Amino acid sequence: MTTPEKPKVSRRLFAASGASAAAWVLTACGPRRLHEVPRDRLRVAIREMERKYSQQAGKEVKVSDAGALPGVEFAYALDISRCIGCRRCVYACVEENNQSRNPQLHWIKVLSMEKEKGVDFSHADPYYHPATVPEEGHFYVPVACQQCKNPPCTKVCPTGATWTEPDGIVVIDYDWCIGCRYCMAACPYGARHFNWAEPVLPADAVNTDTHYLGNRPRPKGVVEKCTFCIQRTRAGKYPACVDVCPAGARKFGNLLDKDSEIRYIIEHKRVLVLKEELNTVPRFFYFYAT
Amino acid sequence: MRLTTLAALGLAAAALGPAADPPSAAPAPHKRTEERLEVPPPPFTEGLFPCTTCHEGMPVNRTRRVLKDMHDDIVLKHDEEHRWCLDCHDATNRDRLHLASGAPVSFEESYLLCGQCHGEKLRDWRAGVHGRRTGSWNGPKRYLLCAHCHNPHQPRFRALAPKPAPLPPSRAAR
Repeated sequence: MTTPEKPKVSRRLFAASGASAAAWVLTACGPRRLHEVPRDRLRVAIREMERKYSQQAGKEVKVSDAGALPGVEFAYALDISRCIGCRRCVYACVEENNQSRNPQLHWIKVLSMEKEKGVDFSHADPYYHPATVPEEGHFYVPVACQQCKNPPCTKVCPTGATWTEPDGIVVIDYDWCIGCRYCMAACPYGARHFNWAEPVLPADAVNTDTHYLGNRPRPKGVVEKCTFCIQRTRAGKYPACVDVCPAGARKFGNLLDKDSEIRYIIEHKRVLVLKEELNTVPRFFYFYAT
Repeated sequence: MRLTTLAALGLAAAALGPAADPPSAAPAPHKRTEERLEVPPPPFTEGLFPCTTCHEGMPVNRTRRVLKDMHDDIVLKHDEEHRWCLDCHDATNRDRLHLASGAPVSFEESYLLCGQCHGEKLRDWRAGVHGRRTGSWNGPKRYLLCAHCHNPHQPRFRALAPKPAPLPPSRAAR
């Protein structure tokens, strides 16, 4: 007869449990990404932001923490046959989203392409400047964040500072971004932009209607990009670029609403996405109405 | 008399009653396109409307001709080979337009007139796909009339001066 041995804690088990306990303590007690913190702590953080931005701008800046609306997945459609390349959207976006004026930072890039060559990025020109647009023999493809369903940018972020919200908007937590720019390398559309220098935003130009995941003023050394105007669209408004487009080429809506404009376009028009072969599955569609 | 009206109303309500229940199988497609659309007032030239202020009592001259005394600033570049003023503007009621059928149309509903030829554009416009639409993606929307963006006499979309090109990336000074 053998007496049962008293179970011993092996060295390996001890080390592993010790490490996991330490990890638990660190994750539970350490700083969290803003979308993970409890609502009341987020409110405190947001009040702190409001105080700071209001002081900088010399007027009251509001920071919204509006969450995704249930049953909503945003999508965008742009009519290539209507866009005249006037760049009104570029500057409406800059003003709405508090982009740096110096150094200049644009979330929307309008590419001029030749009709003979079709949608061809190797011959695209973003610096066109004729007296009037549209130019003979040219068409225009504005490019901003495509809000991919399979986003390469969020996968490479080492700190988890960028992710997809439930309504499909890919957002950035500027407090967690360490400025490594891996996401910029991963994005096939050149839609992410880096603040190489301290952004200059004149106080009178500040848009005071902001969102903590969107257009709140950014510091130097973080990446930023289009958020479908999260501060507007979560409040039911159209993005600023849709509102300003004089040609009515920009369309926006809820992909899950069968009566929305966006569904009408997808069901009735010739639709394409950029760089489809990369399987990024954009929520930004280009179409030809005619 | 009143009783019969009430009875008729009651019958109508009874007839509508079961139909009002939402049928789960086949919802009506694009129901909202049938609503009357909210549009801003038409873009009249300052001081010209109502047209009857001048045209009231004027004899109607239906002969196709080049206008010399008034409206000579209007250049028609819209299938001008085949049409002129009175194909769209009504000669009997100057404050209205008319369809090809002769049915009068107000300037507020001029999209019906345009849609006679440009039917696919009208269909897209009703769906919110052709033309500029502002307001709320999940609430009230504001449409524009065709004439707000296209001059009906020269409908080609006017060329615009583009906003400044982005600055090319610059190398930091060494």
